[in-house]
Amino acid sequence: MKKEDILVAAIKNGTVIDHIPSAKLFEVVALLGLEHIRDSKIMVGYNLDSKKMGHKSLIKISDKFFTDEELNRLAIVAPNVSLSIIRDYELVEKKQVALPAEINGIVRCNNPKCITNNEPMQTRFSVCAPEHTHVRCHYCEKEQELSKVKLV
Amino acid sequence: MSAQQQSLVSIAGLSREKIGYLLEMAGEFEKHPNRKILDGRVVATLFFEPSTRTRLSFETAAQRLGARVIGFTDPKVTSSAKGETLKDTIMMVSNYADVIVMRHYLEGAALYASEIAPVPIINAGDGANQHPTQTMLDLYSIYKTQGRLDNLNIHLVGDLKYGRTVHSLIMAMRHFNPTFHFIAPTELAMPEEYKDYCREHGIRYVEHEDFDADVIAGADILYMTRVQRERFTDLMEYERVKDVYILRKAMLCKAKANLRVLHPLPRVGEIAADVDESPHAYYFEQARNGLYAREAIICDVLGLTIDDVRHDATTL
Repeated sequence: MKKEDILVAAIKNGTVIDHIPSAKLFEVVALLGLEHIRDSKIMVGYNLDSKKMGHKSLIKISDKFFTDEELNRLAIVAPNVSLSIIRDYELVEKKQVALPAEINGIVRCNNPKCITNNEPMQTRFSVCAPEHTHVRCHYCEKEQELSKVKLV
Repeated sequence: MSAQQQSLVSIAGLSREKIGYLLEMAGEFEKHPNRKILDGRVVATLFFEPSTRTRLSFETAAQRLGARVIGFTDPKVTSSAKGETLKDTIMMVSNYADVIVMRHYLEGAALYASEIAPVPIINAGDGANQHPTQTMLDLYSIYKTQGRLDNLNIHLVGDLKYGRTVHSLIMAMRHFNPTFHFIAPTELAMPEEYKDYCREHGIRYVEHEDFDADVIAGADILYMTRVQRERFTDLMEYERVKDVYILRKAMLCKAKANLRVLHPLPRVGEIAADVDESPHAYYFEQARNGLYAREAIICDVLGLTIDDVRHDATTL
């Protein structure tokens, strides 16, 4: 490997999240709660060159394996990330994220007159089939584009 | 059944059978509107947004069945003005009342209340979202005047963009093979999402911008709504269309004999006064039907069945 390629060190065991659109990096950090992890080394590469995407970001988290439920949350902001599970420096599994049928407590409703924006309560959305580009608020029933919703 | 399952939050969840059942029950109350069937019960009416007409209708329904009514008509005098959450208000009132009728300016408020309250909730309007008891009284009025709900031509006129009542009516009528005619200015046309809903549920619809005797000729129901000035971004457009969507008696010259004109009220000029004396006018009776529909809904959410109502010995 050429020197300039090794911007982010390899990890022995853990999870690698690659092909994150750079604009979505901090949302990915927030969704996985990385800022609260105290006992793992985390390396973040921001604005790296990518043949596929022009610019990309990537995160390597040592000694940490997420549940599918945790990882699938990423589909809300970055549906095309690549996930790699590393054990003893070897890639042992590749995963894709899949949008769950329901999204609870993760994103905010875009309708300012929705009860969820005015009451301390958890939000609930269902993902509209078949395109999965829209979500529908369980409370105010407004459909909204997934790409335009914000994290809570 | 849990309190949440008993609640009436949205018309969209009601089956054809349940709608028919509630209309039949409303019919029983029309025969005997005054009873003591709810003697000893307490109905709370929580109006976080004022709505005199709806509140009076609910309170009359409760009192004519022998229930007592508590509640507020103006949230400014309650602790929600002090910053109390909706949850706390609902939990507090649930200690006192057997059923909560609530009107709220926020969308989804009634559904949320129904998820947390230990007593059933009746949605009396949540923002621009749902107002299912209005729809039930509309359905009862249609059923009563036409003798059926199936295969009717229903003409919706005026503000079809923001009109909550017309949207709910489309959803409720999906069980009954209707043909809708949407008559509105371009700025207030039926939104795409409801036209999608019609297509998904096989509901036929025709769109018109003209409103005249020929358009009305095929209608069984003419459902009028108010074209409000504040809905227009272009006031020139408002000035152009404001008189187009006014119903005048002369426009009923080609109407079918069974045509009835409905309006959720209040009207502000969109039905000329000379229509009131026409045999087609039905909007005042429609409002009275709200009493019977709400009597039925209050009893239903409290777990009383149509047999309880039929065999009720407390009629006055």
